[in-house]
Amino acid sequence: MLKDQDRIFQNLYNDLGSDLTSAQKRGDWVNTKEITEKGRDWIINEIKDSQLRGRGGAGFPTGLKWSFAPKEVGSRPHYLVINGDESEPGTCKDRDILRFEPHKLIEGCLIASYAIQAHVCYIYIRGEYFVDGQKLQAAIDEAYEKKLIGKNAAGTGWDLDIYIHYGAGAYICGEETALLESIEGNKGQPRLKPPFPALIGLYGCPTIINNVETIAVVPTILRRGGKWFASLGREKNTGTKIFCISGNVNNPCNVEEEMNIPLKELIEVHAGGVIGGWDNLQAVIPGGSSMPLIPKEKCETLTMDFDSLVAEKSGLGTAGVVVINKDQDIIKCMARIARFYKHESCGQCTPCREGSGWMWRMLERMAKGEASKDEIEMLGDVTKQIEGHTICAFGEGSSWPVQGLLRHFKDEIKKRNNFDPVVKETQNIPYLVDQHLLDKNA
Amino acid sequence: MSLKRPAKDQPESFEFNSSSLEAANKIISKYPKGKQQSAVMALLYIAQKQNDNWIPLVAMKYIAKLLDMPYIKVYEVATFYSMFNLSPVGKYFIQVCTTTPCMIRGAGKLVEACKEKISENGSELLPDKNCSWMEVECLGACVTAPMMQINDDYYEDLDKEKTLEILDKILKDEIPKPGSYRGRINNEPENGRKTLMELKNA
Repeated sequence: MLKDQDRIFQNLYNDLGSDLTSAQKRGDWVNTKEITEKGRDWIINEIKDSQLRGRGGAGFPTGLKWSFAPKEVGSRPHYLVINGDESEPGTCKDRDILRFEPHKLIEGCLIASYAIQAHVCYIYIRGEYFVDGQKLQAAIDEAYEKKLIGKNAAGTGWDLDIYIHYGAGAYICGEETALLESIEGNKGQPRLKPPFPALIGLYGCPTIINNVETIAVVPTILRRGGKWFASLGREKNTGTKIFCISGNVNNPCNVEEEMNIPLKELIEVHAGGVIGGWDNLQAVIPGGSSMPLIPKEKCETLTMDFDSLVAEKSGLGTAGVVVINKDQDIIKCMARIARFYKHESCGQCTPCREGSGWMWRMLERMAKGEASKDEIEMLGDVTKQIEGHTICAFGEGSSWPVQGLLRHFKDEIKKRNNFDPVVKETQNIPYLVDQHLLDKNA
Repeated sequence: MSLKRPAKDQPESFEFNSSSLEAANKIISKYPKGKQQSAVMALLYIAQKQNDNWIPLVAMKYIAKLLDMPYIKVYEVATFYSMFNLSPVGKYFIQVCTTTPCMIRGAGKLVEACKEKISENGSELLPDKNCSWMEVECLGACVTAPMMQINDDYYEDLDKEKTLEILDKILKDEIPKPGSYRGRINNEPENGRKTLMELKNA
């Protein structure tokens, strides 16, 4: 288990208070000026050395992303946008950062803005987190008051304004270009990439978009060194991560742990075990609803990081672990996820708009045992036709969980749906449509 | 993409009151000059708050004028995002999360409770306009599932009895205490956590 002093979010459970004074006691804002004085290249290199990967789901190396921002500010200003549109079913980590560790986020915003030369930072928070957003706003106001942000922020000589922008209940706005559209006051429909936001983003200006957790760990990495962060976890999957363990466990919780922690340890030690015992486990969704589920046999030895989950044809995603035990109907669970995607598809690309509803309707019938044998193959075919045929990754997000179900629980579906629509000769149904030609006395 | 229709009965006129206008101007100033359109979502929220938690079409026209943008673009935004109510909802607007993590922790029981206490079908307004409920997608409190949202507040770690208690209070026009109903103030594991022990005992 990770040592307590290596945990970045000391106030994850709000033992210490989230106000500025308590945050400073934990080490936030202590030597922000010295960090920025070491220069942009040093900051970006240190983040590269730490091998920090984005915590929002895709796991893109953060240092590399920052280095895509133009080196010189041209006629267009640079922007930093923080993605706090946490809507992936199974995930609730950013909410705890917003309400309990807001100063880590704000300080991270200042350092990241300095590194990519942005003077304005927008924090996009999902509309439902209004109360938590107000807590962050209070922390921002406090930081303005103490001159930690604003003109000459924290004595660094850098000007930074931070604004909160509330979303309004659209999952798709967690996709970075949809998020930019949403800030610009449009429907949240993703843009085609390229051009990538690092060159043409918000208002057509260079924009770096990072997840809340990614930015919140930056100050600690720079204080303790990229090497320290890289020493946790394993190569290319370094550092700590907040895991959200929900579903059929005895003590659902959020916990910050080292990358590459065994899934079994996460469930047994931190979440108090599966309801009904480990043997009652059916499957685990390892990284929020868009990642394919993993059946029990593989959960025994599975470790939780980006690359080892990809090897299992799944993904770490947002590290929202949803545990499903044998009391649940796995097909129903997946049908509900398919309904989520049907509801949240933005409607821009036809394969996703039509396909997400199609998958949902088929899965609903399969849960009831009303589907025919052929439809199981057809469902797989539908997922393949959505995946890779859409502007954004929502297509993959909606079809992967269904593919996961088909990969691991096909027998279960087949058992329930063995109805064969082809009419058999043995059933003795008259083949002729022209009934009047039949000899009634024959 | 949820299907949303504006209400049949629409008010004739709408205008921001002075406090709404002040809040609106403050928000518009957050965005660069000429990009005032960015404020449209925030302004729709303000209109919704001022107008008993729903947005009439005249308010969209008003906002369009205020932000110097076409009415249809405001309409587009208002219909795209699910948190903008285009027809009246209750003074207490209850949203029950029924997505998979909540579903497997028993969100169905919460829906049952709402059906018993409020209305058989969701999105139906009680005659006194006090209360309405609906099923929604993931609200991002999966660790404290099942949960529901009433106006801005989260009510977490629920079961059927506790939901019935909350609904009883609301029907009596009392605001129940938000947060976890198993006494958590955060997302720590309930029976003995294993991390940050020194801080806990401090």
